[in-house]
Amino acid sequence: MCHAVPAKVTAVMEGEMAQVDLSGARKTVSTALVGPVAVGDYLLVHVGYALGRVDPDEAAETLRLLEEIGANT
Amino acid sequence: MKYVEDFRDGRIARQIAAQIAAEVQADRQYRLMEFCGGHTHAIFRYGVKDLLPPNVRMIHGPGCPVCVLPIGRLDMAIELAKRPGVTLCTYGDMLRVPGSRRQSLLKARAEGADVRMVASTLDALQLARANPEKHVVFFAIGFETTTPPTAVALKLARAERLENFSVFCNHVLTPAAITNILEAPEIRAMEAVEIDGFLGPAHVSVVIGAQPYEFFAEEFAKPVVIAGFEPLDVMQSILMLVRQINEGRAEVENQYIRAVTRHGNETAKALVAEVFELARNFEWRGLGDVPYSAFRIRDAYADYDAERRFGLSQGRAQENKACDCPKILRGAAIPTDCKLFGKQCTPQTPLGSCMVSDEGACAAYYKYGRRAAAPRMEAAE
Ligand code: SF4
Repeated sequence: MCHAVPAKVTAVMEGEMAQVDLSGARKTVSTALVGPVAVGDYLLVHVGYALGRVDPDEAAETLRLLEEIGANT
Repeated sequence: MKYVEDFRDGRIARQIAAQIAAEVQADRQYRLMEFCGGHTHAIFRYGVKDLLPPNVRMIHGPGCPVCVLPIGRLDMAIELAKRPGVTLCTYGDMLRVPGSRRQSLLKARAEGADVRMVASTLDALQLARANPEKHVVFFAIGFETTTPPTAVALKLARAERLENFSVFCNHVLTPAAITNILEAPEIRAMEAVEIDGFLGPAHVSVVIGAQPYEFFAEEFAKPVVIAGFEPLDVMQSILMLVRQINEGRAEVENQYIRAVTRHGNETAKALVAEVFELARNFEWRGLGDVPYSAFRIRDAYADYDAERRFGLSQGRAQENKACDCPKILRGAAIPTDCKLFGKQCTPQTPLGSCMVSDEGACAAYYKYGRRAAAPRMEAAE
């Protein structure tokens, strides 16, 4: 119920809506809660709304950290 | 999907598991509560549990919105759905939850009530626009993740003067529930659940930010790590908790930096504050009355409040006495303790709320509890 999924913006639409690619499926979601978006942005989508964004730099940083922990063992 | 598979790599999961095993102190217990059903689900689905040393134990918390809704509120929704002229719509999981006397929204529908499943509040609004002769009630449940979408719907309804739409509000607040678990004397006296640290909510925190947890990390001296919902997020967060416990720290740390900031989504928070105010009290299944733990609709939106519009009040609910959900929700029992588990009660024939949603502890145990561990990470999606 609280699980939002990452989705990539494929088109920006009228009225605070956007088309996103959600694991291969095309969906229309509201962006009223996140403000203006651009094609290529990653959003966290839940019950038809973008709730937040995925920050690509911070994601890369987490993956780097995970690899580093792995390398220590 | 990017940002999904990356965080499900079984090889790295095993490496982190080895690191956790290397860092835990043998004479210490690490009792970690995952508040969210989303974490419970991930822990079972990907076999995270089986990768942990025996003295690191995950305790399932009450963070499944379907599970914590008290039966009395569900009964109110069922009663409302049966009124002539009403269309009641809600998110899917809610339909199958058993209410008093084994009623459910699904049964009410079979008996002729107009009950619909919607995927979004926007669909609920659309139903109202398309059916002016009906009154459409959105049965709103959920934590801070589903509250902003309900707020948007209420704002739109008022802006459009959509007169045949209202909301039956059951939105609850995460920090209040965590505080309650930590401080409620009656719960402690009833069955002491010792907790050494918390996995903090992922997507709830996307909305409210990391800041609201600072209070109880400080007040109760318990470490909190806000954790993403993918298995590697969970593993890394457990390692971060183990380190805090070893070092005697009790801080709020954020593992889910790719989506959670200190203050969360300001737009969403402002919208919620505009439409809702804190209810003085709300009953949670398993936790009982928790002060200031839920939202009610502000007076400015009273016309769109189904409770006021239909004069609803909570009657006496009948719990299924054999169902252990209330205990499970406060971490005081595990699903296999329940006599009905896997026998009379299964995901196909749920007798309690914890067996309905994928995030419920009973459903997670039933679906994944008996299968083998880590290879699942690669196998999944
Ligand atoms: S197994 Fe069913 S009856 Fe037992 S606690 Fe879980 S939901 Fe309730």
